Amino acid sequence: MTWKQMFTSSIGQKFVMALTGIFLITFLIVHVGLNACIWANDGGEMFNTGANFMGSMLVIRIMEVGLFVGIIVHAVQGLILNAANNSKRKVGYAVEYGERGSKWYSRSMGLLGTLLLLFLIMHIYHFWIPSRFGGMWNVTPLQEIDYSNGLGKQYHNLYAEMINVFQNPIVVILYVIGCISLAYHLMHGFESAFRTIGVHNNRYLKLLRFVGRGFSIIISIAFAMMPVSMYFGWVS
Amino acid sequence: MEHYNMNLSLKIWRQKDAKAKGGFETYQVRDISSEMSFLEMIDVLNEDLIREGKDPIAFDHDCREGICGSCSMYINGKPHGPWKATTVCQLHMRAFKDGETVVVEPWRANAFPVVKDLVVDRSAFDRIIQAGGYISVNTGNAVDGNAIPIDKDKADKSFAAAACIACGACVAACKNSSAMLFVSAKVSHLALLPQGEPERKTRVINMVTQMDKEGFGSCTNIGACEATCPKEIRLTNIARLNAEYLSASLTIDKEN
Ligand code: HEM
Ligand code: SF4
Ligand code: FES
Repeated sequence: MTWKQMFTSSIGQKFVMALTGIFLITFLIVHVGLNACIWANDGGEMFNTGANFMGSMLVIRIMEVGLFVGIIVHAVQGLILNAANNSKRKVGYAVEYGERGSKWYSRSMGLLGTLLLLFLIMHIYHFWIPSRFGGMWNVTPLQEIDYSNGLGKQYHNLYAEMINVFQNPIVVILYVIGCISLAYHLMHGFESAFRTIGVHNNRYLKLLRFVGRGFSIIISIAFAMMPVSMYFGWVS
Repeated sequence: MEHYNMNLSLKIWRQKDAKAKGGFETYQVRDISSEMSFLEMIDVLNEDLIREGKDPIAFDHDCREGICGSCSMYINGKPHGPWKATTVCQLHMRAFKDGETVVVEPWRANAFPVVKDLVVDRSAFDRIIQAGGYISVNTGNAVDGNAIPIDKDKADKSFAAAACIACGACVAACKNSSAMLFVSAKVSHLALLPQGEPERKTRVINMVTQMDKEGFGSCTNIGACEATCPKEIRLTNIARLNAEYLSASLTIDKEN
């Protein structure tokens, strides 16, 4: 058994999906936690200083590279697997097997993943590019704000940028669609990933199903509420 | 249960040989007893076709008591027909109402090519078993079966997995045409027993390698297979197969 044989086998490829998927889930936890600071109702100070703190840590910088690699590997591998699986039945059935034993979203991971990918491209364009490359090439820089009582330390005003981006109702709707896709992707993906890495103890599987569903719903609602509450001016 | 007779309209896949295009033919059957099995009903139809000088419908069957796994018909959108935990040979006609239209198709998967009509070639499963689905025992005196202590819970789980009759319904039901439920049953039933221990790692690696070679899809854990399996093989076996495969392929100390 060579490494290549292992990682190109059907289970090996799924193992990569599961590991990258779980890594992306842990990233989401950090991301939602930080962004929830917008609800501190302090004009974005807690959020902006928090985001700045994260951006200035070397560990986070390295993790960020890992995150991009993780998303790309997960997306490319997922789309390849999805296409391969769809090609295994050249002649189909006249009467479809349908819903038995499975849910529509578990059968639509490729579609939900593609929606997430499109969402991520838009999302990176909205916030990551201006925050990282503002001022370079033709990228409009973010506003700066000073929370240091005149000591001169400037912070990217990502909070103002959020308010700005989320004035557009179409963008808000696209973000909400992104969050719904995430909810359904994880409703199946969370539990599935642990099955893929081999968790077969029924007590743990039951627990993972419960935690996975709760997580998918709560995290997606939390994310969706961010553009919505900014659009309707529920934060100050 | 009340006995009744029924007339049915059957739409059955006919295909002369592996190369032919194939298509649905409609047949009417009359006065079918609710106590017949589905295969007996096809026998009645075939008798009629033979009398009329036509080619009878080819289908696989052997034991007709739900243990051999040969029978394989995809009936009204489900492998083995509408009943839960039942093979086609054990499916009784009381599952249908008078006047109903019943659509019968072969298993569909690239790895299970149609040989003729409803018969598909499932030798891919045989090759997976040949790759490792056994234990090697030297000849000599038979060992006392009770000499090796086995945890009751593991014995039960192993026995439940061993109930798989290799019918292929799981593949037929899966949107990815994945054979993981079958392979997981075959790997689990040996991996759970001390007798399976010596070849544990090579077995799972060789069987999964063969499974991939045969052109089955990968598993997305959706559960369609479990819902159709006539022997109620549990989806948990697939998670166990993943664990067996990953730990074997990450730890085995052999280049190939
Ligand atoms: C925040 C983003 C994402 C998270 C947290 C995430 C998470 C997951 C998880 C946990 C799984 C389950 C893995 C398994 O079954 O073993 C999964 C599966 C999958 N993901 Fe994602 N995913 C994300 C984005 C994407 C994107 C952008 C794509 C594709 C363009 C994608 C495509 C897929 C596909 C096709 C599967 C099913 C793979 C299979 O079961 O064979 N995902 N995802
Ligand atoms: S797992 Fe069930 S459906 Fe699949 S081959 Fe075995 S008995 Fe048939
Ligand atoms: S004929 Fe043997 S299981 Fe149906």
